[in-house]
Amino acid sequence: MVPVLHVEAIAKTFGGAQALKGVGFDVQPGEVHGLLGKNGSGKSTLVKILAGFHAPDPGGRLSINGEAVELPLRPGDFRRLGLAFSHQNLGLVGSLTVLENLRIASITRDGRHIDWRGERAAAEAALARNGVAVAAGARIDRLSPVDRALVAIVRAVEEIRESRAASGRPGVLVLDEPTPFLPRDSVGRLFALIRRIVADGSGVVFISHDIDEVTEITDRVTVLRDGAVAGTRVTRQATHGEIVELIVGRRLAQIAPAHHTATLHPPFARVAGLHGRAVQDVSFAIGRGEVLGLTGLIGSGYEEVPYLLFGARRCRLGQFDLGDGARPLSAMTPRGAIGLGMALLPGDRQGASGVDSLPIVDNLFLPDVSRFFRGGMLRRRAMLSEAAQLGARYEVQPNNPRLPLSALSGGNAQKVLIARWMNRTPRLLLLDEPTQGVDVGTRQQIFAALRAAVADGMAVLCASSDAEQLAEICDRVLVFARGRIVAELRGDALTKDGIAQACYVPAPAEAA
Amino acid sequence: MSMDGSTPITAAPLRRRWLTLQLAERLALPAVWAVLIIGFGIVLPDSFLTWGNFAILFASYAPGAVLSLAIIVPLTAGDFDLSVGATLTLSSCIIGVLNVWGGVPIGLTLIVAIAAGAVVGAVNAFFIIFFRIPSLVVTLGTTSLMTGIVQLMTDSSTIGGIAPSLVDAVVGLRLFGVPLAFYYALALAVVLFYVFEYVPLGRRLLFVGRGREVARLNGIAVARVRAGALIASGVLSAGAGIVYAGVLGSADPSSGLNFLLPAFAAAFLGATTIVPGRFNPWGAIVATYFLATGITGLSMLGIPLWVTNVFNGGALILAVTVSQLTRGREASDIG
Repeated sequence: MVPVLHVEAIAKTFGGAQALKGVGFDVQPGEVHGLLGKNGSGKSTLVKILAGFHAPDPGGRLSINGEAVELPLRPGDFRRLGLAFSHQNLGLVGSLTVLENLRIASITRDGRHIDWRGERAAAEAALARNGVAVAAGARIDRLSPVDRALVAIVRAVEEIRESRAASGRPGVLVLDEPTPFLPRDSVGRLFALIRRIVADGSGVVFISHDIDEVTEITDRVTVLRDGAVAGTRVTRQATHGEIVELIVGRRLAQIAPAHHTATLHPPFARVAGLHGRAVQDVSFAIGRGEVLGLTGLIGSGYEEVPYLLFGARRCRLGQFDLGDGARPLSAMTPRGAIGLGMALLPGDRQGASGVDSLPIVDNLFLPDVSRFFRGGMLRRRAMLSEAAQLGARYEVQPNNPRLPLSALSGGNAQKVLIARWMNRTPRLLLLDEPTQGVDVGTRQQIFAALRAAVADGMAVLCASSDAEQLAEICDRVLVFARGRIVAELRGDALTKDGIAQACYVPAPAEAA
Repeated sequence: MSMDGSTPITAAPLRRRWLTLQLAERLALPAVWAVLIIGFGIVLPDSFLTWGNFAILFASYAPGAVLSLAIIVPLTAGDFDLSVGATLTLSSCIIGVLNVWGGVPIGLTLIVAIAAGAVVGAVNAFFIIFFRIPSLVVTLGTTSLMTGIVQLMTDSSTIGGIAPSLVDAVVGLRLFGVPLAFYYALALAVVLFYVFEYVPLGRRLLFVGRGREVARLNGIAVARVRAGALIASGVLSAGAGIVYAGVLGSADPSSGLNFLLPAFAAAFLGATTIVPGRFNPWGAIVATYFLATGITGLSMLGIPLWVTNVFNGGALILAVTVSQLTRGREASDIG
């Protein structure tokens, strides 16, 4: 059989670093082919090459339906070739209807009036053909998450259909992480749609972090590791453990089941029954002077915990005890949290942490500028000299507090924002991806600052997807899956591989 | 701040050139203003370049100056207040109706006018913050609403004969030949400058405007700051209405809205000078009188009325464009 998609020896180098080192796999007609791998294994680079965003290094080969395709592809070329993509951020316009989103290409085409009746008929036919029961007139933002995902996929499928109508040959649909934000019970509808798509000979590439889902829907699975193919398996014949091994790259150690004994550090804060958008009924304790890591796969909910504790995101339910009695988290506000001696360093540095266009000194003293207000005046000179001292201590380069924050590199800006909170000696520091986009040297400086503060008794909660970083700085790591804690790592188990492996442990069966 | 030893010596001339450029940017508008005055002075030496002319100019544009100061408060916090012109009219007409028709003592009418301004600000804030309706939409709506109320109140007629004590306090009494109205605007600029630069509230206002989420996560009561800014602009535009009533000696239900566009032009033009990239009170004052000088000079040259509108509108668009170009990609309050 001629594969619908054949990829061979695709490599990609970014400024000296090899993101892909000669990757090859193929997708047979009617096959759902899984693509698995950790963050940074090269999955997204591969997808971007297929979509024409990146040009691969010379030497790679790509053929579709047995016909060689010249590389690099230009953006948008994939349509002509019978490829279609559906990304995690579905690319739908929320305030428009299903009809408008599905027919966007047709209704924005120049040089003709819009035949609304015809467009509606076409949209309804497309939905019916794919077995998706959604009203064409419904607004996207009123749909359930799964319906939205289905509409996006239907649009991609219809693109393939159109290109096939010309050539009569099968196409390939690439689904990039379609499931992480879908409720568990609705994933079945998505899978039903995928089966329907491949029924006529098209191929589907299904990219996911979730091994269970991949095992359920795919015929074969290719695992990428460090930019190379770690192996391709026939899904039915592969065990869960074998796949995890391919992803993580070493033999499986026995992972101890999650156990919540008292920490080695004297307990300081306790979180009980935390419910957020994704996390469900999560409880844990943080010790004084402890660095507690939170991690998991995308969508597992770990990343929202710092924001829930800080009152930055709406918390449905949950109690938080800082040693002075439990308080409901639904009433927590950032202001209140700061008053309790908490600090939050958000992952979105520019959007939520500092204002780029304002001077470093003002960013530095934003939460406590009032202490420089003496005798009816803000003491600018005192602010600048303290800012310069802080800048020197945290090795901010260049150390000129009058400059706007935007004058600093990402790493140096992050040092300023860490200095802002450390200077207030918080009792609990909440971090979300603290070293994202930060160079290696700065990373070490940030870690050193954290260690120093922790030695003084501060507790740190660090949410991160970076296993290496967690292994380096944390005393203990909680691993999340589907909104719950599924593993607790500490001591010898707390290694980069151990964390990665624990992320792929099958989630506990959920009580319905 | 002292230069620290780590700064390379070669950086000094560069730094000096940078400072010179910065200074040039700060003083560009005042310089253009001076050129404008000299230009009109050469063409119209006898009528334009007289102290009397400037005294009138300073006084008659004082309500506009106060209005542009009112606008920059919510603008700094990231909200537009288009209702300032209508609030000015409402305030001056409240004074007219109560004082002239109702015989209420002038002092009391001023209090009522200021309170009305605060109410307008609070209503704006309620819809903008509580219901999250864009400030442009809400304040456009309240503008029309107040215009209607003013028409009802005044029967669309100008009310003359406002208490002379107010007229005296605004234009009757002079300092260096310039009516007090001008000094009220200057005093307000001093107060705003102090709040913006030397009070923590000013920093909060700035951060709320530039990064609402940043401000919220740093414990700033964003809603309260925004509401306060809108109420402040309501109160200050009511103050502008008092000055306007004093300047005219009467309450005019229809001309107040003409202040709106020049005030916005001045606020944005002012953000290109003195403290470039930020709405700032001295910039607003300079820009108000720069525009006033242009219009006064042009009208003395006998240029028809429509030129005023073209001048103001053109200045607004040009101000924002110049500011965008000179600041490059660096974000500012504008836009």
